[in-house]
Amino acid sequence: MGRPKIARKSTNIDMTAMCDVAFLLLSFFILTTKFKPAEAITVVTPNSVSSKPAPEKDFVLVTIDKDGKVFFSMDDENKKAFIAESINNTKNLGLNVNAFKKAGFIGAPFSQLSQFLAIPEDQRKGAALPGIPCKDSANNEMVEWFRLVKSAYGGQKVNLLLKGDNSSKYPAFKNVVAALKKNELFKFQMVTNPESAPTGSELYKKQMSGEKSN
Amino acid sequence: MAEMDTSGGGGHKKGPGVKKAKKLSTRVDLTPMVDLGFLLITFFIFTTTMSQPTALNLYLPKDTDKPEEQNKAKESGAFTILLGKDNHVFYYEGILDNSNASTNFKSANFGSGDDGIRSAILKKKSSTNPQDFVVVIKPSDDCEYKNVVDILDEMAINVVKRYALVDISDIEVQLINATEASAPK
Repeated sequence: MGRPKIARKSTNIDMTAMCDVAFLLLSFFILTTKFKPAEAITVVTPNSVSSKPAPEKDFVLVTIDKDGKVFFSMDDENKKAFIAESINNTKNLGLNVNAFKKAGFIGAPFSQLSQFLAIPEDQRKGAALPGIPCKDSANNEMVEWFRLVKSAYGGQKVNLLLKGDNSSKYPAFKNVVAALKKNELFKFQMVTNPESAPTGSELYKKQMSGEKSN
Repeated sequence: MAEMDTSGGGGHKKGPGVKKAKKLSTRVDLTPMVDLGFLLITFFIFTTTMSQPTALNLYLPKDTDKPEEQNKAKESGAFTILLGKDNHVFYYEGILDNSNASTNFKSANFGSGDDGIRSAILKKKSSTNPQDFVVVIKPSDDCEYKNVVDILDEMAINVVKRYALVDISDIEVQLINATEASAPK
């Protein structure tokens, strides 16, 4: 079996190497992608045209879930310890300061706070928790929480964030805002999902002409 | 790499009458696989960076009981938006009283069409002196948080400089309840 002598050059390129690279990159991205951890409180945030990213540090986050339950969280552990101590001093609850420091969020009235902290972190699920009471102005514990935040931060800059669920009713929001006002905290931010300005609207024209929106 | 050796060892000759079976190429075209791979890579690159939440700023006014410290709004420039349940929006211009309730009190929706709240805001905005124009937002207890954010967003979209969140009055709640049934979605 003789082979033909003319060496014909093939136009086929060996795709194997490229395929290898592609899948190597693919597996790298799949493995390094940090999936959002399952959140203890499920909240679907509304959309807005705001293009400012939400602050990731020095924040105090108030979450309102779809049933109107209010949860409180903040990132600075030192300030949290300060808050836990001042709660212990003023209300004599005997809280475990370390557990308070490590808690991802707070979702119980002051009277049940120590029981709340006794629940293991991974078993605190928003749906089963009572939330912080702020249903009416007479028993609005958020006022107390914001007062603590204010004293913990002193004059420092704090980012107040409010994260509400699409279908939560307005009164919950109103009561949180009322608590903010009582503490003379007049500036806060609402966490939303980004959305582009509708074509043809005034903001759209502004953005197109290169003007910066806030 | 992507081929397999199918020559079957040695290459010893078969008998003179035996015809050699045609060898099929085992070479696989990997182009679609590479395409798919890169498509997925692009997908993952985009999805990992784009889900950053944003924040919408809201400045609250200071509550004051003294009338001289309160902000005055001219009647001609006032535009009040009421938020009802099931995504209903109602609006009126100036002051609402018994004499004009039937004609001044109108309903709208969150759409961008002709009966949407956006066109109503723009209409009012274009017909008012910019210095007097102020939007008053009154969410009722039945409306959802989403509606509040949507209407605040509408202020940003339409570049309304002055707006305020105000508590709703009983008369307005009654008017909403009365008109809700016939209001467009």
